[in-house]
Amino acid sequence: MTALQTIKSVRQRKSQSSVSAWFERSVPALVLSPSVCVSVIFVYGFVLVTGYLSFTPSTLMPRYALVGLDRYRDLFSNDVWWESVNNLAWFTVPFIIGSAAFGLLLAILMDQRIRYEGALRATFLYPLALSQIVAGTAWQWLFNPTYGLERAVQHFGWSSFRFNWLGNPDLAIFCVVIAAIWQCTGFVASLFLAGLRSVDDEIVKAAQIDGASLPTIYRRIILPVIRPVFFSVTLILAHLAIKTFDIIVVMTAGGPGTATWLPSYFMYTFAFERGRMGIGAASAMMMLAMIVAVLVPLMYLESRATRNAT
Amino acid sequence: MQHSSLTVRAVLYLALLLFAALFLIPFYLVLVTSFKDVAELRRGNMLSLPETWTVAAWLKAWSAACTGAACNGLRPYFYNSLEMVVPAVLISSVIGAFNGYALAQWHFRGADAIFTLLLLGFFIPYQAILLPAAQFLGYLHLSNTIAGLVLIHVAYGIAFTTMLFRNYYVSVPPDLVKAARVDGAGFFLIFRKIFLPISLPIFTVCIIWQFTQIWNDFLFGAAFSGTTARPVTVGLNNLVNTTEGVKEYNVDMAGAVITALPTLIVYIFGGRYFVRGLTAGAVKG
Amino acid sequence: MGVSKAVALLLAATWLGGVGSARAEDLEVLHYWTSGGESKAVNVLKGEIEKKAFTWKDSAIAGGGGQNAMTVLKSRAVAGDPPAVVQMRGPAVQDWAENGALVDLDKVAGGWSKVLPPAIFNVLKYKNKIYAAPHWIHRVNWMYINKAILDKAGGKVPTTREELYQVADKIKAAGFIPIAHGETAYQDGVFFEGIVQSMGIDFYRKAILEGDQQALTSPTMVKVFDTVRESQKYFDDGVQGRPWNLAAAMVIEGRAGILFMGDWANGEFKNAGKVPGKDYVCVPVPGTEKMFTFIADTFVFFKQHDQPASPGQLALASLIMTPEYQEKAAFYKGAIPAITTASVAEFDDCAKKSAADMKASISSDTLITSQNQGTSEARLGAIRDVVSKFMNSKQDSKSAAEALAKAVKAAM
Repeated sequence: MTALQTIKSVRQRKSQSSVSAWFERSVPALVLSPSVCVSVIFVYGFVLVTGYLSFTPSTLMPRYALVGLDRYRDLFSNDVWWESVNNLAWFTVPFIIGSAAFGLLLAILMDQRIRYEGALRATFLYPLALSQIVAGTAWQWLFNPTYGLERAVQHFGWSSFRFNWLGNPDLAIFCVVIAAIWQCTGFVASLFLAGLRSVDDEIVKAAQIDGASLPTIYRRIILPVIRPVFFSVTLILAHLAIKTFDIIVVMTAGGPGTATWLPSYFMYTFAFERGRMGIGAASAMMMLAMIVAVLVPLMYLESRATRNAT
Repeated sequence: MQHSSLTVRAVLYLALLLFAALFLIPFYLVLVTSFKDVAELRRGNMLSLPETWTVAAWLKAWSAACTGAACNGLRPYFYNSLEMVVPAVLISSVIGAFNGYALAQWHFRGADAIFTLLLLGFFIPYQAILLPAAQFLGYLHLSNTIAGLVLIHVAYGIAFTTMLFRNYYVSVPPDLVKAARVDGAGFFLIFRKIFLPISLPIFTVCIIWQFTQIWNDFLFGAAFSGTTARPVTVGLNNLVNTTEGVKEYNVDMAGAVITALPTLIVYIFGGRYFVRGLTAGAVKG
Repeated sequence: MGVSKAVALLLAATWLGGVGSARAEDLEVLHYWTSGGESKAVNVLKGEIEKKAFTWKDSAIAGGGGQNAMTVLKSRAVAGDPPAVVQMRGPAVQDWAENGALVDLDKVAGGWSKVLPPAIFNVLKYKNKIYAAPHWIHRVNWMYINKAILDKAGGKVPTTREELYQVADKIKAAGFIPIAHGETAYQDGVFFEGIVQSMGIDFYRKAILEGDQQALTSPTMVKVFDTVRESQKYFDDGVQGRPWNLAAAMVIEGRAGILFMGDWANGEFKNAGKVPGKDYVCVPVPGTEKMFTFIADTFVFFKQHDQPASPGQLALASLIMTPEYQEKAAFYKGAIPAITTASVAEFDDCAKKSAADMKASISSDTLITSQNQGTSEARLGAIRDVVSKFMNSKQDSKSAAEALAKAVKAAM
């Protein structure tokens, strides 16, 4: 029996009462409702609760009295919080620039009709399949001052080579940036490659026949097409940067001192380790605000760009 | 775009090879270190192959290393992760499939609003829900249990799986559904007869992606599991960062490979689908 | 007939099983005693409580000097499912008691005030009820010197900062590392508190234990940071991230001369077969001779399903306070017994000295909580953040003192 025949025979068996018709129409909404409930509770509900906690004197256990903006005052007068925010900037900017630059470069290289493209793409992407804990463990080993890169380079002859970035409060964050770029570049490259592939070959060929130079072709034809990809990439990377947590825990535990604390680490430490749930909740709300502040303008710009392009 | 010049091609391949090497070196180091013994680690250069290959570090990482809670290696946490991942992946994928189908093909008032509602859940920093989620799990008597972790991963995975399936099912011509409805077929029958048969590729993408995300999670595992339900990522972090005496880097590295193995295997065999999962959400959005 | 017989059997089995397990109460114990000597100490208690037909369910969580264990505890407490018994020290005890999470031990703690020094008894109380049972006492203001290296540097044990610098210079000249240190927030904190304490017990009490802003921004505090900076000259290059027990190993193995660490370091020396007086000397941190800064490791007992103290919890608390347990456990741990009725006749010379010093400090009222014991986790974390940052950078002392005052204020 074909699908259509099955459907017809089913119809013959159904009654046509209005209740069942209403039910039929509501099925999609009913199917979605558990997920909507879950989302309302687990996402919006919990965020509201955390927001509420940020206005309470909660320390070890949640307390539900309201004390106004005290926790936020505590947060904004906490040097370690501002250091965390500062570190986040020093992490995010090189991370986005590095991943985007290397990703674009790799995508351009791979777009050149090369052989073994599949194998190469697999090589660039595999770090994303790893947990940040695994990636952090690998890079922590590489950056190890005694056994790692420093000694390997010395072995190869350059005996006065020193590399202790992980132990240097000013440079440790860049070790984390490098590990993060390593994990994300393949993904960015895939996005750019998809974008590059969507460029119409005919237009490029026509431009080449007209004698346009390679840089001009890139500037005039290709870059505009992949501009939306730039938006997506920046959006995703910025949002990943704000959420970065695991790799800090395993590579530096926030150290040396507080040199690699990030807002995510601040929240976890204050809420769960130092028994200061109120401040922890306040810092979590600030993280949320950061994500909103990044996403909303970018999404707006992206939708404008898409509208202008079409 | 093609350049026929031989030197340009050579430089191209060289550059790509260099990058490939850079990408592979960290994992190469991890592997190579895991097969060395501690004495050689101290003497040698990290890039060199082991003088004597030994699996002692692997055995220790699997069943004897101290991870803070006990000295049973990563094995118990590995099994915890397996127990957690399988139900979480299956449940979140199935729910995502039905949600995506409903949103893509059944237009009713509020469908777009619901989609946005679900999607925003993807972007929130999980720090903003940790505290109440811990309380909620306790309230349900699911704290420090694998079932509790499954619930959390399903709850927060629905956003992505729904988006994945919706973007896929949206490309099915609505006329098919219209025709079927005219003939009197209902929601589930249409799904079974029309959408399910074409869903294998997207289910594969979803399962691979969800498996990777959930297996690799650390934050939820660290916040919601005590010692009983702890997943392997948290176990690995404890292994690497608990210094009681001399640090055994080879055991640490063996532990890292053990933790990475399942997702790597999934990646090697399902790599194609992995890429599709990435680009599915990101570019179409 | 078959079905009801099966049901009857099932009911009987459940009832019997229930009766059987009603006797053996499960006590889940969350602690962070995971190294060799510590495990031995814990196993003494485990053996004793199991003789009383209770079951000890072990939840050991290593790392961070207890930080990881306390984090797990908080998650579980928030979820309403805390373990029955938890290792804890410091104001955390009072914090949890204030939150109503602990059971009081008044039923068995009647005679405790008679066998504990007042300063120690006080850390167990909240609003005149007892909430914690102390296992042993650690002394923090110790300095350990490798004897062979000390002899090469003139043989005189330093009792003031100036003398310390002189000895350190001589050790350096003799080709050894003067001070063994590991730059972890933990050891930085211990190093720092020793210097604060050498400025006088009242200054230490005001600045660190009370968080007095004037004391924290005073010239004395700036001098403390200056002293820290001075002392860093005597560290070696590999201090970054070195765990404290590896720093101790440097002194044990004769590569470095001096170690500043609490008496758990004595356990490291003992495990390596070193003898006090022969291979190493133990003296109070210069400037803190009369002071005894203590840490009291205790067990607290969390309410299970809002019930008062269970028989198992009370039995465990009582066992901890017996001389038999205290002598054995402190011996393995490298500490000294908390109760005054226990004897230290079998302990090594450093421990005996510690016990004698503690007795003396009771009468001269210089028995005081160490930084780890007397400050909340938030304040301890804040102090460590500032000190660690100072030691890892070229920050000047004045701004460090100001940052410390600010951080302590924020952590109140």
